[in-house]
Amino acid sequence: MLIPCPHCGPRDEVEFTYRGDATVMRPGPEDGIEAWDDYLHVRRNPRGWTVEWWLHSAGCRAVLKVRRHTVSNAIDGVALAGQPLEADPV
Amino acid sequence: MAGYSGLRVFSEGLRGNSGWRPAWRKPEPKPSYDVIVVGGGGHGLATAFYLAEIHGITNVAVIEKGPIGLGNTGRNTTIVRSNYLLPDNNNFYEHSLKLWEGLEQSLNYNVMMSQRGVLNLFHNDAQRNAAIRRGNSMRLNGVDSDLLDRDGVKAMCPLVDVDNGRFPVMGGLLQRRGGTARHDAVAWGFAHAADARGVDIIEQCEVTGMIVEGGAIQGVRTTRGEIRAPKVGLAVAGSTSLLTEMAGFRVPIESHLLQAFVSEGLKPLIDCVVTFGAGHFYISQSDKGGLVFGGGLDGYPNYGQRGTLREAEHVYAAGVSMIPALGRLRGLRSWAGIMDMSPDGSPFICRTPVRGLYMTAGWCYGGFKATPGSGWCHAWTIAKDEPHRLNAAFTLDRFRDGRLIDERGNGPFHWMH
Repeated sequence: MLIPCPHCGPRDEVEFTYRGDATVMRPGPEDGIEAWDDYLHVRRNPRGWTVEWWLHSAGCRAVLKVRRHTVSNAIDGVALAGQPLEADPV
Repeated sequence: MAGYSGLRVFSEGLRGNSGWRPAWRKPEPKPSYDVIVVGGGGHGLATAFYLAEIHGITNVAVIEKGPIGLGNTGRNTTIVRSNYLLPDNNNFYEHSLKLWEGLEQSLNYNVMMSQRGVLNLFHNDAQRNAAIRRGNSMRLNGVDSDLLDRDGVKAMCPLVDVDNGRFPVMGGLLQRRGGTARHDAVAWGFAHAADARGVDIIEQCEVTGMIVEGGAIQGVRTTRGEIRAPKVGLAVAGSTSLLTEMAGFRVPIESHLLQAFVSEGLKPLIDCVVTFGAGHFYISQSDKGGLVFGGGLDGYPNYGQRGTLREAEHVYAAGVSMIPALGRLRGLRSWAGIMDMSPDGSPFICRTPVRGLYMTAGWCYGGFKATPGSGWCHAWTIAKDEPHRLNAAFTLDRFRDGRLIDERGNGPFHWMH
């Protein structure tokens, strides 16, 4: 799998570390135990397109937002952490 | 007569092997059953077998989307053991190992159970201390464990490079009752025995929806029509999230790939199971002669059933570090299975938020050895609508309540167990 890093260009997956689902929002401190349990443990775990965090740990160290297909590993859209992903899943 | 025996093999040999019959029927699905088990792998078939054998519930269907035994049951490294630290895991896996020890007689099927010993190597003081602690914990629970020193490892497995310059071997924790079994035969054996007790094994029948009415399960929709039952058990490792989503709730599971590899066939070389302590690698030799080995997860969620090269490279490198003689071997095949990874590395055998819906799931990469124990506890939970004490801790809500069973102490990261 090649991940196109916005800083470094297409790089092999060995340079990256998976950091989890990018679609979940961290609950507030007073949101209660159910919200925190849901955030920490429960997963959508989709079979198909998903958006996730990848750290370019052996590269520029940027945290990336990557839209990836969980069966084919196809990648459709990469952005830096604070920026929006553009294309819709194809 | 349908039973298998040495005498029958001999007498069939004299009659041109003309008397063998299929080991299980291919029935059409009935409109309703007392229990539906979704998933025709080892765990699902074992659930059906124990429902019939122990609880007398024989009006049972096992529904499988393809042929039986081609999911993780056909994709593992066939290791059987019960060398766990934490009492909840230890008691469960020891119960499972005891079932393994009598499984061939229970099923009347040769699953080629071979208690050849499982040896976990350690390479430094901290690992040795952890091994001693785990070994003592096992002994306190009545499970066999032996600590080998460097010379003991060398005597048991001479090919291991105990003097490795980077990772010298200090010793190993050995469970002699651990070993391997023939994975396909486990699926076939449970299928044969369940079928003989009246269970319908329905292959090529994919579940497309769950029928939930008033918070209770009423059956499943499949590619071969609607099948109704007041109780449904899920045993669909890797796809648990997809089925629970159909039933309207989410689970603390991520699907990750785990790869396994087999080398070209060799004369007998390694007569036990050995695991490397300085990388993720374990090895045994199959009865066909191929060396079977595996490593860690690929590292990110995936349903593809194909492994990535980065983990393959790690496995081969670790293997050659542990046993340099492997360097001359050629790999023959590799494959990957989809693991249900839970946040603490321990499984779920439990009721669910939907009444009448049960699951055995979250087996991470330890499901094969659990096959009989999982089926046994899942069947108990389905039959009695409450868990047995052996699986009482394996609930979905243990994370919310802070009662994790975190064997490795890694915290709530599914891909790190």
